[in-house]
Amino acid sequence: MKAIVTVMLKNGVLDPQGKAIGHALHNLGFPQVGEVRMGKIIELELAETDAAKAQTAAEDMARKLLANTVIESFKVEIAA
Amino acid sequence: MTQVNADLAKSFGLNAEEWGKVLEIMGRTPSLTELGIFSVMWSEHCSYKSSRVWLKELPTKAPWVIHGPGENAGVIDIGEGLAAIFKMESHNHPSFIEPYQGAATGVGGILRDVFTMGARPVANLNALRFGDPKLPVTKRVVDGVVRGIGGYGNCVGVPTVGGEVNFHPAYNGNPLVNAMTVGIAKQDKIFLSAAAGVGNPVVYVGSKTGRDGIHGATMASTEFDAASEDKRPTVQVGDPFTEKLLIEACLELMQTDAIVAIQDMGAAGLTSSSVEMAGKGGVGIELTLDDVPQRETGMTAYEMMLSESQERMLLVLKPERSEMARAIIEKWDLDYAVIGHITDTGRIVVKHKGVVEADIPLAPLSDAAPLYRRPIAETPKPAPLGAVDLSAPLDEALLKLIASPDLCSRRWIFDQYDSSVGGQTVKRPAQADAAIVKLEDTKRALAVTADCTPRYCVADAEQGGAQAVAEAWRNITATGALPLAVTDNMNFGNPEKPEIMGQFASAIKGMAAACKALDFPVVSGNVSLYNETEGRPILPTPAIGAVGVLEDAAQAVGYGLKPGLELVLVGQTKGELGRSLYLREILGREDGAPPVVDLAAERKNGDFVRTQILSGKVTASHDVSDGGVLVAVAEMLLAGEAGAELAAEGDAAFWFGEDQARYVLAVSDANALLTAAREAGIPAQRIGHATATEKLTLPNGIAISLPQLREAHEGFFPQWFA
Amino acid sequence: MKAAILLFPGINRERDMVLAVRQSFGAEPTVVWHKETELPAGTDLVILPGGFSFGDYLRCGAMAAQSPIMRAVKAHAERGGYVLGVCNGFQILTETGLLPGALLRNAGLRFLSMDTMLRVERNDTVFTNKWEKGAVFRAPMAHGDGNYTADEVTLDRLEGENLVAFRYADGNRNGSARDIAGIFAPNLRVLGLMPHPENLVDPLMGGTDGKPLFDALAAA
Repeated sequence: MKAIVTVMLKNGVLDPQGKAIGHALHNLGFPQVGEVRMGKIIELELAETDAAKAQTAAEDMARKLLANTVIESFKVEIAA
Repeated sequence: MTQVNADLAKSFGLNAEEWGKVLEIMGRTPSLTELGIFSVMWSEHCSYKSSRVWLKELPTKAPWVIHGPGENAGVIDIGEGLAAIFKMESHNHPSFIEPYQGAATGVGGILRDVFTMGARPVANLNALRFGDPKLPVTKRVVDGVVRGIGGYGNCVGVPTVGGEVNFHPAYNGNPLVNAMTVGIAKQDKIFLSAAAGVGNPVVYVGSKTGRDGIHGATMASTEFDAASEDKRPTVQVGDPFTEKLLIEACLELMQTDAIVAIQDMGAAGLTSSSVEMAGKGGVGIELTLDDVPQRETGMTAYEMMLSESQERMLLVLKPERSEMARAIIEKWDLDYAVIGHITDTGRIVVKHKGVVEADIPLAPLSDAAPLYRRPIAETPKPAPLGAVDLSAPLDEALLKLIASPDLCSRRWIFDQYDSSVGGQTVKRPAQADAAIVKLEDTKRALAVTADCTPRYCVADAEQGGAQAVAEAWRNITATGALPLAVTDNMNFGNPEKPEIMGQFASAIKGMAAACKALDFPVVSGNVSLYNETEGRPILPTPAIGAVGVLEDAAQAVGYGLKPGLELVLVGQTKGELGRSLYLREILGREDGAPPVVDLAAERKNGDFVRTQILSGKVTASHDVSDGGVLVAVAEMLLAGEAGAELAAEGDAAFWFGEDQARYVLAVSDANALLTAAREAGIPAQRIGHATATEKLTLPNGIAISLPQLREAHEGFFPQWFA
Repeated sequence: MKAAILLFPGINRERDMVLAVRQSFGAEPTVVWHKETELPAGTDLVILPGGFSFGDYLRCGAMAAQSPIMRAVKAHAERGGYVLGVCNGFQILTETGLLPGALLRNAGLRFLSMDTMLRVERNDTVFTNKWEKGAVFRAPMAHGDGNYTADEVTLDRLEGENLVAFRYADGNRNGSARDIAGIFAPNLRVLGLMPHPENLVDPLMGGTDGKPLFDALAAA
């Protein structure tokens, strides 16, 4: 099954890329854009049939490598 | 099943005559894969079919040339058993489509051309031409190209030490990205691409193969099914991390005796590398594509043979050394796959899933490659420059010139390039006319530069071609180094137009004369044609990259000025304003003839300047080129820690004329230098002195403060990208 | 002082570091491949040089921090061994947890390659004792991700415990919190900094401003 790990900078950590994207969108004529935050999505193909186990494994991977919990938070979703 | 016929061949870029030759060589209708192989090998890029007859005119030999054109890069003797290996190559079209990746993969490609010969890359340079800075697209392209060059070069850990940038509307839809790499090897450890040894394994090393960069027209004209979205040709994406691993893995492997032949997979990857390696070695080659490491599923033989996936190398190894080679490659986490072997058939045979997808005799593939002597029409000599309004105040003209896009500080650009990695960079950008890179564990250093003045070339390609070579030679000389050899990157429009081919032929003529007069042979190069947008060609741009050597790196001089020194102008000043930046930026004119290149004076003046520098009498030295003497002096002030007071008599033509073969030298004893010049029969005059003040005082008494000068010079790029 | 220089794939300033160490130490450092599990016997100082370990993919230093050799480095640090991380090496040390905080993308989102001035915040450490306290020296920087960040509590603790090693003295180009260019671990035996003292140890290359760091380590 597939695990989708979304990694975002924690609230309060400056996100210069998000800020730059926000600026660019304003310049393109999207005044309704407020704060922009940028993160990453990591798709993992897992040799696993048990969703709960997949969830646990992916969270472990996120904590150990995929996210730096000093500055980032993460969320794991399991897709069939 | 795709029908292979004359129409398909045409869409692959082969004309009717070339298609006829293919049928003749094959004696049957070729398969799709075979047609693909012919089309890339006979493309302008691989075959130089329009340019070869002219390139032969260039001098390529000298006692210090070890390998001239024909190898992956040129190789010269730089003393102490060492060789410099270098080349410049264009990545123009991809850099317009996707500036970041286009420029990045351009850097990656030229790096591979150099380390494939056994050299550790020690310096990168780039010659860039962009369109009108007023257009938003130009800003996008500049931003992407600069980021791409930095993104790739910084990551692989090769310092980017020099280059040049011009702007002109002729490059609006067609920027030029010419990247140059210089590497160092031991002379007895140089690797060539000629395959040998029947039965020897053909080994694939590096990244996996995907559908990157496969000829766009092909796909568009052959596939209309639902899968076509996924099969669309994609932009090549560079992976500098893998390149870094490839460099280290190849250099480690080259310390052993495992390699028979090696070549990078550049344009038309597996096709050109296998055909060239077998062709040069006079052997045959058989490939089994099932064993090619693949990044995507369902790839066909055609796709694998034409893929331009980056960061891949093809090797022929000694069989008894292949397991050791595998261990080295895999230590660096790179793919290693035996994908074929060398044969004695003189043919390239490509098998996939048990089917022979291609079987072509190699000799006719190269010998019968098209060669055109295309019609040429010479560009009429420009009308003489008429009267020029010289009334603009010197100070205002100077401030305007040094703030203009073509003359302003390039700091914003080179501040994004790592120029010190490697720990051998003696002179960084904006410190000397050429970058100086020391050779580790010796006292020696290389001087490297890239030069061309396209606005001269468009007016008179012969003078412009000579000027590009002369300026590169002068820039190396101005550091004290001895210029040794050049690489050329010929960027022109559509060669099927006689006037473009005329520009090409004239530029070659001028370059050849300059290379001969200056003992400055061409050892490698690249040709990029069809640089046009909607029928409008770029300015003819024969970019010259050059390498020189200093026996003692400590003797290198830069152009930064210190107080107390006297300023001497070496070389004759007539005040040539034709095609000058003064004319264009101050008066809005682009006319007249470019400055005359007097090669005898160039040689004589340069040899004199170099002797003076090496005798230790010169503290700073700067060649006089774009913008003339006053701009040269201003650049010396901004690079140093001094003001200056100028004393020479002269009008705007004197101060801003772009006469060639000139240098401004800073010395403590001007009289001694003037005496030496007089004895050598070289025109020289004292033009002022450096002061401890914060200002540049012009001969008319008007002073410009250094902060004002700096603000003008540094403003353009930061404001543009603010 | 016996030095080991770690080599992760993608590191590119290991040669620069070898030259700087060789010059000051008068001895050749050992270069250690990242897949090793032990440091050479008798290693006093571990150096993590600059570059782009694992391409800086995912996050700068994240994958190098998981390399086999880093277990040995952690054990070495716990025993009170000396560790110096420069640029990517600093990033690896924060990813490993040997130093607090993290290095984010430069505030201006551009790679920055230029000389910067660093102020020495304390000179009573094995790394900095050849400088005067408050001395300002030149060091080239070359990074895309040098924007030091940590939560306010950590930053206050770093300052309170006097663990800031160097601050940018001529303008904060990369956006680092409180102008921080380098920090110590609490035992003052682990130092991480972004700029490259190893690139200024030879007058021919523009100066010797960075040499006191290596001279100090050589004398320790």
